[in-house]
Amino acid sequence: MTITQPRPPHTRTRLTGGVDRAPRRWTLSRTAVNAALILATAYTLLPVLWLLTASGKDTGDLIGGRGLALDRLHLGANLRALAEQDGGIYFRWYLNSLLYAGIGALVCAFVCVCAGYAFQVYAFRGKEKLFGIVLLGVLIPTTALALPMYLVASKIGLVNTFWAVFIPTLVNPFGVYLARVFTAGYVPGDVLEAARVDGAGELRTFWQVGLRMVLPGFTTVFLFQFTAIWNNFLLPLVMLANTKLFPLSLGLYSWNSQTSVDPTFYPLVVLGSLLAILPLIIAFVCLQRFWKAGLTAGSVK
Amino acid sequence: MIRRGATHSGSWGRGGVTVLLLAPFFALFLAVTLIPIGYAIYLSLFREQAGGLGFGGTSQVFSGIANYARALADPAYQAGFLVTATYCLLYIPLMLCAALGLALLIDSTLARARRFFQLALFLPHAVPGVIAALVWVYLYTPGISPVVGALNGIGVPVDFLGAGGALPSVVNIAIWEWTGYNMVIFYAALQAIPRELLEAARLDGASGARVALSVKVPLIRPSLVLTGLFTVIGSLQLFTEPMILHRSAPAVISTWTPNMYAYGAAFDRSDYGLAAAASVLLAVAAAVLSFVITRFGAGRAGRSTA
Repeated sequence: MTITQPRPPHTRTRLTGGVDRAPRRWTLSRTAVNAALILATAYTLLPVLWLLTASGKDTGDLIGGRGLALDRLHLGANLRALAEQDGGIYFRWYLNSLLYAGIGALVCAFVCVCAGYAFQVYAFRGKEKLFGIVLLGVLIPTTALALPMYLVASKIGLVNTFWAVFIPTLVNPFGVYLARVFTAGYVPGDVLEAARVDGAGELRTFWQVGLRMVLPGFTTVFLFQFTAIWNNFLLPLVMLANTKLFPLSLGLYSWNSQTSVDPTFYPLVVLGSLLAILPLIIAFVCLQRFWKAGLTAGSVK
Repeated sequence: MIRRGATHSGSWGRGGVTVLLLAPFFALFLAVTLIPIGYAIYLSLFREQAGGLGFGGTSQVFSGIANYARALADPAYQAGFLVTATYCLLYIPLMLCAALGLALLIDSTLARARRFFQLALFLPHAVPGVIAALVWVYLYTPGISPVVGALNGIGVPVDFLGAGGALPSVVNIAIWEWTGYNMVIFYAALQAIPRELLEAARLDGASGARVALSVKVPLIRPSLVLTGLFTVIGSLQLFTEPMILHRSAPAVISTWTPNMYAYGAAFDRSDYGLAAAASVLLAVAAAVLSFVITRFGAGRAGRSTA
């Protein structure tokens, strides 16, 4: 790109000359464009690559800077240590994360689709004002709410329970916005009208026609929320003290805090981190089109 | 079967079903957003006075805006806002330019393997913030990091965790986490530009770079503004990354950002009034900034479709 930038004035005046030169200039800028992309990709992949190779190293190699080396692997031993540490609590954290994120995202997506469908399909008084409140909610980051939520939870005695982390994740105003956009795109009004003419009630129309047609949108909201819950850190940090309730992020954070005292925690944190990012990476690669659908609806509109 | 449904759910009617479908969301929204905000504002107006030795209960004393005054007058809280401002000035232009540049590169006719690049650059979004920060901190730590080792090996002394390196180090983690995500948003917007428009520009003799900067970028301005808005709001909430750097970098003190200050006020000092005031101030700052951006960024970008 930098190579083509000074050229425009010439190409405009000397069109034929430009065409003659085109192949050479094109290969040059083609190389530049792809080189820039490769460089950016290398930067992006470096930490993940390090995580991959470092997860098989023992403590000595890891703190000796041999994380990227490909020899002296102890993956089996590291896995065993991970499974045995604190009575296998790592897999408890894994299960917790799957429960928080899996069930939380499922319920959240359903709640969002219900609300988004209602906003799109029905006319009622004060509808756009109510939707404006939802949009304002989009602007409130969950981080800002964690501390106020803690204050409420401690008042009603919910601190340090499963519910303290679970309930707040059921709400995502952005999901309602997405669900409304998706309902507008996927559920044609005349199909709903046809169902009504056939004698189906409103609830049945939603359940059997609307919900089915908006299923791709449901999946998108589910994936966004799953990622958000899986990545959540501050909320569990303020809410939980019982290590048995920890999600992965908080568990790994607590292990990392111990590395300064006991370096044998390093391999555990590294391997634990690698295993913790696998579900999301698999979900990303397999469900690409749902991600793109969500990002596009959120930005282009 | 359908007829049976008609008599069964007919009793609900449209109004009833609307309420039924909206109720779960708004009940939850009330419980986990509006009530906590209201309660935080309420708490911020009181000061807790410990009875006796701090045991045997505390009493709440109304103190008006005293907590706000305390937070605003605290040099640590002010310093936190200064750090956040510096962070924003460094991070936001760098990240948005990188994301936009990469989106334009992938969108250009010259790029190859577009799907691969998109997926690879988007990958960090699958990595939780805690893990991204952990891995980068290891890559910053002398001894563990092969990067620091290699740079020292060729005679470049680097100190990612020192007093001068801490802020750029946090910025780097954030750039790594968010560039690809925003790149995909920009790329989606670029793909939505009608191709005839671009062809017309090219027929006029504009080069690829010229088309990118003078035609494509202005056309995706709404995306840029919206992304900028979310980036600013997110940046004000900076917490996870510095919290993890805090253990390894002495320069990242426990009140480094306003959010860390609020956290510390609640959990290290058990001063809920101060913590609530600090949180409310931060939320107000975010609200003011998002208002300014949507107002002056681009007329319609902040508003929704309907």
